[in-house]
Amino acid sequence: MDQAMAIEESTELMGTVRGKVGMWLFLVSDALTFGGLLCAYGALRIGSSDWPVPSQILDVPLTAFNTFVLICSSLTMVKALSAIRHGDVKGLRKFLLWTALGGILFLSIQAYEYHHLLFVEGLRLRNNLFCATFFSLTSFHGAHVLSGVIYLLIIRWRAAKGDFTAEHNHRVEVAGLYWHFVDLVWILVFTFVYLV
Amino acid sequence: MEQTHAEPNYMKIFWWLLALTIIEVGVVYAHLPKATMIVALILLALLKAFLVAWNFMHLRFEKAALIVMVGFPLLLLVDLFLGLMPDIARRIF
Repeated sequence: MDQAMAIEESTELMGTVRGKVGMWLFLVSDALTFGGLLCAYGALRIGSSDWPVPSQILDVPLTAFNTFVLICSSLTMVKALSAIRHGDVKGLRKFLLWTALGGILFLSIQAYEYHHLLFVEGLRLRNNLFCATFFSLTSFHGAHVLSGVIYLLIIRWRAAKGDFTAEHNHRVEVAGLYWHFVDLVWILVFTFVYLV
Repeated sequence: MEQTHAEPNYMKIFWWLLALTIIEVGVVYAHLPKATMIVALILLALLKAFLVAWNFMHLRFEKAALIVMVGFPLLLLVDLFLGLMPDIARRIF
């Protein structure tokens, strides 16, 4: 265990390790950023007289499948944490890999969707408010998924170095918090941008 | 730090999330009145988001102080949306 991790675990804050409180604070501020984008989207859409029906432009079944992919990756993430809490480093590495692969599959499907919208349908960010809000919200979320995949792979690399044990594993949980948050935001984006 | 970690039934939450997602997509294609559809979708989405935060993110096992720290700032979002209402209310009423 390195020194930074020892310090993180040495004192409690709000009844838990400091790293977790830090991640929660970051996630709250990130939630407000996404919330700002969603509020702007809601206001622009309600204020518009000719907003298109999203399901006529966007591929709802494909994106519903993508939502399913993210929910599955959230499940493998809790399995990873569960594994290391029972001291199973191999299980931790396996499930972290599956989680990262889920994120990569999500990004691949999103890339295919973007390719279709940009080069087949000819949609551009500047076309109208529908395109502007759609591309802003989904790309901002996609950037979060990409960061999450990198984050998970770093945690997996640290797991391979033997950083985590049944007693010391809060960094896996903290990474999980970030990953579930990305899933949570997608649930809202999927509903408000694709379904409503 | 030795802690006992209680675990929610993760599989059960997973199946709930999956079922609610299928219901959401079904609501869109069910040709309900628009207002009913929008209210149903918003409630389903908030329920799913809550299930993820409460179980997968272990909020149910945290101290009240942490839950308040996370929940309270989100009220600002309600305020933000209400603050935008005067600009768009003309179209609704």
